[in-house]
Amino acid sequence: MLKTFRKGGIHPEENKITAGKPIVDLPVPPVVILPTLQHIGTPATVLVKKGDKVKTGQMIAAGEGFIAANVHSSVTGTVTRVDKFTDASGYKRMAIEIGTGADEWMDDIDTGPGLVREISISIPEIMVRIWDKGIVGMGGATFPTHVKMAFPRGKKASILIINGAECEPYITADHSLMLEKGEEILIGIRIIMDALGVEKAIVGVENNKYDGIENLRKFSDKYPGISIQGLKVKYPQGSEKHLIKSLLGREVPSGGLPIDIGTVIFNIGTMYAVYEAVQKNKPLISRIVTVTGKSLKYPSNFRVRIGTPVSELIKAAGGLPENANKIIAGGPMMGKALNTLEVPVTKGMSGLLVLDDVESGRKPVQNCIRCSRCVSVCPMGIEPYLIMAMVEKEKCEFLDDCHINDCMECGSCSYICPANRPLLDYIRLGKTKLKKRKQALKEAE
Amino acid sequence: MSMITVSPAPHDHTQETVKKLMYGVLIALVPASIVSVIFFGVGTIILILTSMLSCVAFEYLIQKYILKNESTISDGSAMVTGLLLALCLPADIPFWIVIIGSLVAIGVAKMSFGGLGNNPFNPAIVGRVFLFVSFPVQMSTYPKPLQNWFAYTDAATGATPLGMMKEGIKNNETISDIMSKVPDYIDMFLGKMGGSAGEISAIALIIGFIYLLARKIITLHIPISILLTVVIFTGILWKSDPARYADPLFHLLSGGLLLGAIFMATDYVTSPMTASGMWVYGIGIGIITVLIRVFGAYPEGVQFAILIMNAFVPLINKYIKPARFGERLKNE
Amino acid sequence: MSSVIIYTIVSLSATGAVSAVILYLVAQRFKVFEDPRIDLVEDALPAANCGGCGYTGCRNFAEACVKSDNLSGLFCPVGGNETMSKVAAILGMEAVSQDAQVAVVRCSGSYNKRPRINIYDGPPSCAIQSGIYSGDTGCAYGCLGHGDCVKACEFDAIHMDRTTGLPVVTDEKCTACNACVIACPKNIIELRKKNKKDRKIFVSCINEEKGAIAKKSCEVACIGCGKCVKVCKFDAITLENYLAYIDAVKCTLCRKCVTECPTNSILEINMPPRKSQDGTDSLVNAEIVENV
Repeated sequence: MLKTFRKGGIHPEENKITAGKPIVDLPVPPVVILPTLQHIGTPATVLVKKGDKVKTGQMIAAGEGFIAANVHSSVTGTVTRVDKFTDASGYKRMAIEIGTGADEWMDDIDTGPGLVREISISIPEIMVRIWDKGIVGMGGATFPTHVKMAFPRGKKASILIINGAECEPYITADHSLMLEKGEEILIGIRIIMDALGVEKAIVGVENNKYDGIENLRKFSDKYPGISIQGLKVKYPQGSEKHLIKSLLGREVPSGGLPIDIGTVIFNIGTMYAVYEAVQKNKPLISRIVTVTGKSLKYPSNFRVRIGTPVSELIKAAGGLPENANKIIAGGPMMGKALNTLEVPVTKGMSGLLVLDDVESGRKPVQNCIRCSRCVSVCPMGIEPYLIMAMVEKEKCEFLDDCHINDCMECGSCSYICPANRPLLDYIRLGKTKLKKRKQALKEAE
Repeated sequence: MSMITVSPAPHDHTQETVKKLMYGVLIALVPASIVSVIFFGVGTIILILTSMLSCVAFEYLIQKYILKNESTISDGSAMVTGLLLALCLPADIPFWIVIIGSLVAIGVAKMSFGGLGNNPFNPAIVGRVFLFVSFPVQMSTYPKPLQNWFAYTDAATGATPLGMMKEGIKNNETISDIMSKVPDYIDMFLGKMGGSAGEISAIALIIGFIYLLARKIITLHIPISILLTVVIFTGILWKSDPARYADPLFHLLSGGLLLGAIFMATDYVTSPMTASGMWVYGIGIGIITVLIRVFGAYPEGVQFAILIMNAFVPLINKYIKPARFGERLKNE
Repeated sequence: MSSVIIYTIVSLSATGAVSAVILYLVAQRFKVFEDPRIDLVEDALPAANCGGCGYTGCRNFAEACVKSDNLSGLFCPVGGNETMSKVAAILGMEAVSQDAQVAVVRCSGSYNKRPRINIYDGPPSCAIQSGIYSGDTGCAYGCLGHGDCVKACEFDAIHMDRTTGLPVVTDEKCTACNACVIACPKNIIELRKKNKKDRKIFVSCINEEKGAIAKKSCEVACIGCGKCVKVCKFDAITLENYLAYIDAVKCTLCRKCVTECPTNSILEINMPPRKSQDGTDSLVNAEIVENV
């Protein structure tokens, strides 16, 4: 029986045109650019300088501070620049540029193809390995995994949830991993379960990936404690709070974290990265990126070295089409529109979507007709029309009462508005204005 | 390749537009309009054309020449107001009265508040109530159905079922006496009764209702809450004294209840924004309608009930908020 | 006169009189005592309620003045020195004075000079656009042109020039209240010392990129060559992060740096026309202003 969450959500066209396409290894590009901030938290500190020779898998930037992650070189070559480069954020940030040579991996990495089932390191070593290999959330949020595993004092997890929903239209990166690396994923889940002392895990997968569900269930007798649960296709099923609601029927309290109700969530791609880190000693240096779009010649699921410029992916997919209008890092609902193709692939980039002018154009904004569609689709139960009206009229003192910080920026409100009102843009602006206002009030005291 | 476009997420959008929604409402009103033309003849055609054209014309003129802005007549909302206004007027009403009604509906009830989205009261109903109060004689005389098709203002008039009910109660007749004068329920269901142009045929309105639901233009909350409240309230009264109060089915099929519940009360701009709010709104309309019909001076109360509840909508929106995610721990 | 009229007049007058007495007594009983000086100070203020003083509204500023021991740190930019000396006189405190300031827009990257390299399709708000990326030109620091500064100004002192895509300040109306400075997400607008006749010399650029990159995105960018620093006899110009900055207090408006600048990034506004070497009136000033 399929589970789902009741309140809110939309059904955009799925457009999973790359579903079932086998993972293709993209050749190593001539140049990679590795930003020092590919995760939530503080940027990593650069360890190399211009002219240094590095090997594939070598750590080139060390995470410092409580919420941070290490960055490893995804290629073998020479560091050509340590400077600010434009990345998917739209701004220039510190990154390490490496000119590539012949691929030579670090000696301690197991590059063999075999499946390693036995977990041979101790639990404390697992935590260190995950931290050391720079593993972050691969669903797009890029939260450092070892930090998520370090629960605040007094909190315990009784059940692990694995996010295989992939609710964004077009993206099939996680789907392709489910089909080709099913057992590896389950081993990764087993590793996390052992490390956290959790005995039960549920993998939530949307039903449009039924073959993925079947493939994972094939191994389920070898991995008791892990169950695969099908979910109804609805956006934003992949939101962690809504995944928990669908699978467990519980709601994470407003302003709280999943650990507050005894559960912790990881993306299914992160589980594969954990398998590679713990079983093969491999750092996070590659990921699956779905390069897709209705006008692309060869939409595919590529395995890409982190740091590959996006232009290389477009080239491999058949080149940029004539009518290409927007290039989006991620899916169409929450993805970031890029302003240049020389942006590098980072740890959280699950997809690259090319949209043409017909599909992507915004229409002229009209008055709010108070149809209340935005209220009925909002999965967090807040009122987007009201927040936008307040931000437009500069009444930011009431934004707290509107619970603006509950908004998870899923975009369902902007999607559904028949008057083409840019609701989410003004909600984001409202969040910034409220933060500034609170800061100013604090300083005035 | 032309330049890349950059915009904030989301980059996907529904195909639904304000224009499509408005035209959907127009389509849903087609069955009721056709039945009306069949029963009331050329009068309805003149009524509908005059009302729709003058509403659109007034909106265009006000926007272009008084407000000096872009005209928004292409979004179809003025046409919907025009058609709804026409359908809640008697089919034999002179066209100049209709034009006045359109001017009030568009100019006063809609444009003076800032156009679509800003009006607190349903424009068609404001137009109708204005005409009701200003031209009580013309607004209270209804043509009989199936008369000379070309008779317009000259059509022979007769009482509506609700009118007969009010008269009868005043003259201390019993319900059974009154019901023998009123058309039978099959006729009322099909539309063979006196009434305003659009309210007569329950079946035509229900077909429109099903279309609106299928197209997802409206949800069930408001119509069901209104009709359920009316049925329960009149049911209680009827059970307590069948000789003095008519049964619920009579109330459902007579007057403008179905037209009001399905098409007027569900107007986006003037109805609440949350499901619970819509229930409160609907129950309020139901109660007030029955109170006016049974205990009040007028035979029909839907128009006033909707306007009164429109006034409460900002209060409803302020205090009835949607259920927030994570507001209280939901543990099993 | 009939008795009805007499009764009416008497009863209504009595009601009115009794109500007046009650209201008076209640007003006296619940009167809020306020230092009467607050009213006096408030009357001396310009009543713009713009928040430029850092307080919410003129009355709050008046209260703050009355409550504090001296006027240091308290200044009304709209009323200026004149108003503050009035306030000082009312409160018997020492007057404070500050140099008059004016808002200056430090970007000359117009449509002609700074080509657009992508299209922004979102709400026309600088804050929203800067939230998603650095802008639709090659310069990550330049003006986005949607006019958040214009919306913030309560004195009608800044307007968007649609032909250049840059805001223009009307000096006479500008009160240096700081609203536009805060509104600009790129920190392009700066409050600088106001000179007589509204004369200004400033570096109209805040781009901190290396010279070659800056120049590629905008013809009139500051490339950080340092020629202006060398030629300034008053030590008024500093260079940091490939960007020159002229200190408005030290600057004597001698104009030497303006002609030195190879990219015409330094603007001189409202200065008299120059006399060139060969005796003809140089059109340097006019050219520079027209460049924008």
